[in-house]
Amino acid sequence: MKRLSPKLTQTLAYIFIITSTLIVILPILGVLFLIIKRGLPAINWEFLTQMPKMGMKAGGIFPAIVGTFYLIIGTLIFSLPLGVLAAIYLVEYARENIFTRIIKLSIVNLAGIPSIVYGLFGLGLFVIFLHFGTSILAGSLTLAIMSIPVVVTATKEALESVPNSFREVSLSLGATKWQTIRHAVLPYALPGIITGTILSLSRAAGETAPILFTVAAFYLPRLPRSIFDQVMALPYHLYVISTQVPNMPLKLSYGTALVLLGLVLFLNLWAVIIRTHFRKKKKW
Amino acid sequence: MKKIKEFLVENSIRLSGVIIILIVILIFIFLFKNAIALFQNYSLKEFLTGKQWYPISEPPKFGIVPLLLGSLLVTVGASIISIPLGISCAVFISEIAPQFLKDTLKALIELLAAIPSVVLGFVGMVTLVPFIRSVFNLPTGLTALSGSIMLALMAMPTIVSIAEDALNAVPKAYKEGAYALGATKWQVIHRVILPAAFSGLVAAIMLGIGRVIGETMAVMMITGNAARIPHSFLEPVRTMTATIAAEMGETVRGDLHYFALFAIGLVLFLITFVINLIADIALNRSRR
Amino acid sequence: MVADSVKIKTEDLNIYFGNVQAVKNLNLEIFRNEILAIIGPANSGKTSFLRMLNRLNDLTPGFSYTGKIYLEGQEITAIPVEELRKRIGMVFALPVPLPVSVYDNIAYGPRMRGIRKKSQLDTIVESALKEAYLWDEVKDRLKDNAFLLSGGQQQRLCIARTLANQPEVILFDEPCSGLDPVSTAKVEETMLELKNKYTVVLVTNNTKQAARVSDRTAFFLMGELIEISSTSEIFTNPRDKRTEDYISGKFG
Repeated sequence: MKRLSPKLTQTLAYIFIITSTLIVILPILGVLFLIIKRGLPAINWEFLTQMPKMGMKAGGIFPAIVGTFYLIIGTLIFSLPLGVLAAIYLVEYARENIFTRIIKLSIVNLAGIPSIVYGLFGLGLFVIFLHFGTSILAGSLTLAIMSIPVVVTATKEALESVPNSFREVSLSLGATKWQTIRHAVLPYALPGIITGTILSLSRAAGETAPILFTVAAFYLPRLPRSIFDQVMALPYHLYVISTQVPNMPLKLSYGTALVLLGLVLFLNLWAVIIRTHFRKKKKW
Repeated sequence: MKKIKEFLVENSIRLSGVIIILIVILIFIFLFKNAIALFQNYSLKEFLTGKQWYPISEPPKFGIVPLLLGSLLVTVGASIISIPLGISCAVFISEIAPQFLKDTLKALIELLAAIPSVVLGFVGMVTLVPFIRSVFNLPTGLTALSGSIMLALMAMPTIVSIAEDALNAVPKAYKEGAYALGATKWQVIHRVILPAAFSGLVAAIMLGIGRVIGETMAVMMITGNAARIPHSFLEPVRTMTATIAAEMGETVRGDLHYFALFAIGLVLFLITFVINLIADIALNRSRR
Repeated sequence: MVADSVKIKTEDLNIYFGNVQAVKNLNLEIFRNEILAIIGPANSGKTSFLRMLNRLNDLTPGFSYTGKIYLEGQEITAIPVEELRKRIGMVFALPVPLPVSVYDNIAYGPRMRGIRKKSQLDTIVESALKEAYLWDEVKDRLKDNAFLLSGGQQQRLCIARTLANQPEVILFDEPCSGLDPVSTAKVEETMLELKNKYTVVLVTNNTKQAARVSDRTAFFLMGELIEISSTSEIFTNPRDKRTEDYISGKFG
């Protein structure tokens, strides 16, 4: 076969590349379109504020929404302070030695572990070993442990992006190390920390595997009364109604998917807004 | 007074560092301990090479091979689809697309990354699965193929964004040199840019594969749940992740089945560890 | 000069960064209310020595040293480091304002030390800016972000920031390297005024600047103090050939 001309090769390559891009992009649009189109009809005030009825085939998803909110808050409480402080330790205090390098490596690896392994860990440690039972507490702790590597990494990067000159200047003016962190570093790392935390929360809100056996309830006819209670949650609810409820009206499933998707995208949107806003305001 | 406050704050910070270290160690130990417990009463060889996964038979059989092959099949399938498509898409965004399109495409890819896997699993279940069933005339559309397609979609954001970073990192000087010699854009792309970004592309692929192997919900909803050795893409399979999720509720703490699931968890952990390690090395190479 | 007017004294000071020795066996006295210039080519240990005085070298990994340094007869390791840094302030080579208002930049040091009353801070800010010859230019812009000032103004801001701490010694580390000639002249003018109240140590690559501004000059080469004497002596009649070669531009 004769060698093709460079121009022709380029055209063929471009066709392949553009087609590939379309093959990637169209399903994304398709999925969004589908969920909105088929889910929107299900969204109304009753759907969002009522309990499920008739074995979940009718009624609303209110307890799942509430449950997801509780889990988000629980995850925030357990992951944010610890993650941020630990990152401050790693960046500002810890000395560079083999030990700290192993820690940093471990945290990066933790971020890559499949979420189901976290679920297994949560089941074994929180539900069973510590006797918390299937509860908001166990679920939040499991989700928090899953989120901590993300929070630590985001905080670490935010801290490292603050120019070193700020620290030097602050110290040379007689400030203590903590004063320097508090006044000359943290305020400028805050947008990155907030963005990273919101993103980690949005991921936690959408995850099913870690809550499968640590907190999720198939059907709870009442709202939780304490942190030792089980709770329904949006991702688990979607899973259950699509796989385990026979003759489930598709409209309600799409509606649940839409609510979950909406929540997650809403959180992500805030993270993006915060990130762009502060990037513009940056004066250095 | 100030001194006391300073002391408390600094030590809380150090304490947090220590707690994190303890958590990391705890996770490792917990996983190992419970996994190893299996092998006190069940042969390691049998676990790694056994072709039957029947946890409730008497005596139970915990051969991981069908699950491993299930994961492998789905991963390979997803890779065949997502790697060429993902890299091409990254090339398009990085080298060919005009600026306004770049931002839109990147936003869409980020959007895809944010969609929870259970949502994608659900959509795949109600659209893709019946489609595959009718196209191939199968008894059920819950197959490895359906899983591969869905997982390829889920791996896409990882592959595209890391590959795009790698392509952007190629120094301008390389490209300008090639253009100065009269090369066409495509020649520059495939002879200069792609090879130069190679390590970064490897990292992107590795991390995409890692994403696929670790996925649980979507596979549970789409690949069927037959813990048998698959013979083709058009059969239902069961992955390691789905096995843990599906059977977790049936175990009792301390029984063999419980430990066996941890053993699978350990295998998953080791696999993702190795993948992340390779990706890490590749990323470091690309940064030099 | 009389012995009891010694402000800072070093004894057998050796500074190491990992395996590299940056300063060798330094014995040097700095007198009160003088401007001492330290000149020498790159990597001669000038900045390493300067950063010893306010213990900024502590921030560099791999740093270690032997020998002693005295401030007014007291070993600097016996002084709490935050107080040492209040008494010995530093102005860096590039202007480094904090991304806050002009006012907040100047008030930073005092606030860190616990001064909170607005009236007190207002007085401190105003007098510091006046001493740095910046007050007239920024008195209506105190709330503006410091990054909006010109390069020369930012550097004078950094001087004012140090002055707000009411130090005893001010260290200048090549303060004009990023500035245009007009701003440089203004900074040099400020330095000359400052010596009335403070002791000034100036590290500079610009020998002419040293000649313009300082009372005494020290010549460093490869980590060693080669020669130190009054500025007029060093520039007209240096004792060491290496000093003469450097000043006349034969190397450096």
